[in-house]
Amino acid sequence: MIIASLLFYLFAAVCIGSAVVVVTARNPIHSVLFLILAFFNAAGLFVLLGAEFLAMILVIVYVGAVAVLFLFVVMMLDVEALAIPDTLKRNAAVGAGIGFVLVAELVLVASGWVSGGGTGASVLAIPGDVTNTQALGALIYTHYIYPFQGCGLVLLVAMIGAIVLTLRRRPDTKRQDVSTQVAKPRGVRLVKVPTGSGV
Amino acid sequence: MSSLNYLGEYLPIFVFLVIALAFGVVAIAGSWLAAKQKPDAVKLAAYECGFEAFDDARRKFDVRFYLVSILFIIFDLEVAFLFPWAISLSKIGLYGFWSMMLFLAVLTVGFIYEWKKGALEWE
Repeated sequence: MIIASLLFYLFAAVCIGSAVVVVTARNPIHSVLFLILAFFNAAGLFVLLGAEFLAMILVIVYVGAVAVLFLFVVMMLDVEALAIPDTLKRNAAVGAGIGFVLVAELVLVASGWVSGGGTGASVLAIPGDVTNTQALGALIYTHYIYPFQGCGLVLLVAMIGAIVLTLRRRPDTKRQDVSTQVAKPRGVRLVKVPTGSGV
Repeated sequence: MSSLNYLGEYLPIFVFLVIALAFGVVAIAGSWLAAKQKPDAVKLAAYECGFEAFDDARRKFDVRFYLVSILFIIFDLEVAFLFPWAISLSKIGLYGFWSMMLFLAVLTVGFIYEWKKGALEWE
């Protein structure tokens, strides 16, 4: 048990520390790399809570994909111009305001939380013989079918939106069109070459 | 399943993490301790066969990389939904099966759209 609490404090400390560096780092690429470190530590916290599936999804989706997306966004901006101005002082009041709202929400949720739905039973993340992923799978696709199909629609809209916003045809680039290449008339000619004379 | 037993399953991963961290720390600290430290700005400069560097490495990326990575994330999430479904398929029955088929059908519509639009081609 003491190992679990030690690991909790390790993950939590590194997570908060790297989150602070994300905000304060001068180089945006360093910010993204520390964000990846924060994601990894949050995944460690999920593992300690028994939420294995969420931990692995955090690593696969956030570290594997979202962080890469952030890196692309940072690379699309002009990194040199972005690194120079120090906007921390100017935006400190706004950031403190948003932080205060978040803390207030957390306090409200934590004080209003009733464990076990008022039945007095304790809620375990790992209910005995069922693994975390099985417990999720038993609920998502049947009990929560409408949110699940909503997820599918949101992903479809994201796909179409990304294509509509960023896909541009470039008429000047040469590209291979397989169907016209194959359908080209008289594309292949069979030549009977006489021995010793060449074509 | 006791808590210690559960964490014990993650012990190999934790050992890997510790070894990886120790490897990095030992490599950097070893070179810092053993090698002679004479920092110079020229040592960090890009080397281009004798003449001055033409350009900076921090150039802007094309927006097309962004499209590829967004499309990757979407299918990544789709696959993430398949894992719990595959594990609990024996419990959720036909209803759960067709629920996932509908989800996949919706995303296949998007897949056909992006294929037809040529978003997967690199010109």
